[in-house]
Amino acid sequence: MTTFIIRRLLLLPIIVLGVSLIIFSLFQILGPNRLLASYVNPNVFDKLSEAELDALMEKYGLKDPFVQRYWKWLVNALQGDLGWSQVGKEPVLKAILGRFPYTLELALYALFPVVGVGIWLGVKAAVKRDKFLDHFIRIVAIIGWSFPDFVFGLLVLMIFYSVLGWFPPGNLSLWAEQIVKSPNYLKVTHLLTIDALINGRFDIFLDALRHIVGPVITLSFLWWAYLLRITRSSMLEVLSKEYVRTARAKGVPERDVIHKHAKRNAMIPVVTVAGAMVIGLLSGTVIIEVIFNRTGIGQLAARAAVELDYATVLGTTLFYSIILVLGNLIIDILYAVFDPRVRLS
Amino acid sequence: MSEPKPRSEFRRMMRKLLRNPSAILGFSLLAFFVLVAIFAPYIAEPVNPQMLDENGKPMRLDNPYIMPVITWSSEPIPPSKEHPFGMIQGRDIFYGVVWGTRTAFYIGLTVTLISTAVGIVIGSISGYYGGWIDEILMRITDVFLSIPFLLAAMVLTTILGNGLDKVMIAMVVFGWMGAARLIRANILQVKEEQFVLAAKALGIKDFFIILRHILPNTIFPVLIQASMRMGSLVITAAGLSFLGLGAPLGYADWGSMLNFTRNWILGTSGSSMTYWYAVFYPGMAMVLFVLAWNLVGDALRDVFDPRLK
Repeated sequence: MTTFIIRRLLLLPIIVLGVSLIIFSLFQILGPNRLLASYVNPNVFDKLSEAELDALMEKYGLKDPFVQRYWKWLVNALQGDLGWSQVGKEPVLKAILGRFPYTLELALYALFPVVGVGIWLGVKAAVKRDKFLDHFIRIVAIIGWSFPDFVFGLLVLMIFYSVLGWFPPGNLSLWAEQIVKSPNYLKVTHLLTIDALINGRFDIFLDALRHIVGPVITLSFLWWAYLLRITRSSMLEVLSKEYVRTARAKGVPERDVIHKHAKRNAMIPVVTVAGAMVIGLLSGTVIIEVIFNRTGIGQLAARAAVELDYATVLGTTLFYSIILVLGNLIIDILYAVFDPRVRLS
Repeated sequence: MSEPKPRSEFRRMMRKLLRNPSAILGFSLLAFFVLVAIFAPYIAEPVNPQMLDENGKPMRLDNPYIMPVITWSSEPIPPSKEHPFGMIQGRDIFYGVVWGTRTAFYIGLTVTLISTAVGIVIGSISGYYGGWIDEILMRITDVFLSIPFLLAAMVLTTILGNGLDKVMIAMVVFGWMGAARLIRANILQVKEEQFVLAAKALGIKDFFIILRHILPNTIFPVLIQASMRMGSLVITAAGLSFLGLGAPLGYADWGSMLNFTRNWILGTSGSSMTYWYAVFYPGMAMVLFVLAWNLVGDALRDVFDPRLK
């Protein structure tokens, strides 16, 4: 197992290198002129003469060969300098780390309803296999699975904000934002709700909660169906096992057969999927953050992509891919821990 | 135990498929959308009622996929007799929903076909030859899989300069990995089977062995996967249009029609449900379209892949 972990960790830099190489090469399609535009104030850019443009390209090394430029970026990146984020108006690394807690908080909150509802209904559907309840749950799930996130997000915003006025978009209300930004407000976890509790500001906690409910509903509605499907099929497989039949035969109450004997083993694949889901939730927030105007890393990435701010695009993509690779590694390890039959090699 | 054996496997599968209520729902929905796409010119005539030709008849549109501007008022206009789904940005929503069906099929089928084909080629080479070729191709696949799909598609679309074709290119470039992995895994299984070894012993060229002997035996899971991907591809493309990267403004595309609504659903507080139709009809069309593919894919998987119930 240790060799497995080491080998996978050795793979991490290769993958991150590959990802940066791909994104970096993609931007070469733009040509030096367009690339230069992301260094210079657009109002000034149009007034520059040929010679001035040339000089600037020279200055930023845009005329150097590809390998040389990539190398330069890489050396800087390894020293923690990912460049200046035009979109975030601060260094890329700082922009990413500053926004990540918002995304993390959203994903963590979404995890509760997804896991709770997904597993609960998945077990129910498996127990009532091919009965009305099973068909009903599956149909609802597949409808949920078919909703584009932005359509569902728009509906949530329309109903819960515009009509009912319950869950406004954004991170916080203006008054709360001012308090949070003040210097004597403690920032321990950088998660808005948790920090509010630490500071003993219950009003800010409620305000943060009010703002996060909309995106959480949207995000979890798209994912519980996925977990339900895995739980259901895993549960069905376990229920057909010999030992479950034995338990039934010796007169164990059906309740215990399902919840004590079957469910535990059925949860093994679910655990691994839940891990994959956290990754999915983290990277699935892009459009949701745009719709609900939450200043998380997804919104940063989306704006950077649209405005071709390539330092930020590179930074965020690398950040996502590191999360992805590390996350997958943790899942594989968990899988081996939960299921002794699995041998990692 | 002594059940009479059905004459053909295929017929047995079909019967199983037709007994599955969600499969029937899926196929009917899909058939409905196919009909709408085929008969779009008759359901929503591609004419501009504002411009009349010399006979006093409305002029036909040069490009039916560009929704004609009927009035210059940009505010949404509620459904009426002439415009059953209402209007937004001066354009008839019904027209956009109908012609948008064609756009959805066009995007979904093209991207699925090309990316699956690319995946099959890469996966076949990787699985059949093994060794260092396999190692390199699979590491490249890993790298591509480590980039969030939506983000990568956004970046490439913007770099290529926005538009539906650019969206499609971007989705192919970052969408072939699933098929590649699946086909590779299947080929690794089939490779050692007797019939492949026999073909090899006969001296048949690798290319023909893959094409004639291996692929037909591994293609079904790939097709099922492709049909299940159709839905999510259409969602992604619409999402990009919604963000303003995909189809140009006024194009008959569900995503960019929803882009219009962004300014309206939050603009007027208190009376926000007034514009429900602007979100509801294009949104519903998209949900039903994706639902159709998901139901079909789900049913196919249930029937052809007995391991997953």
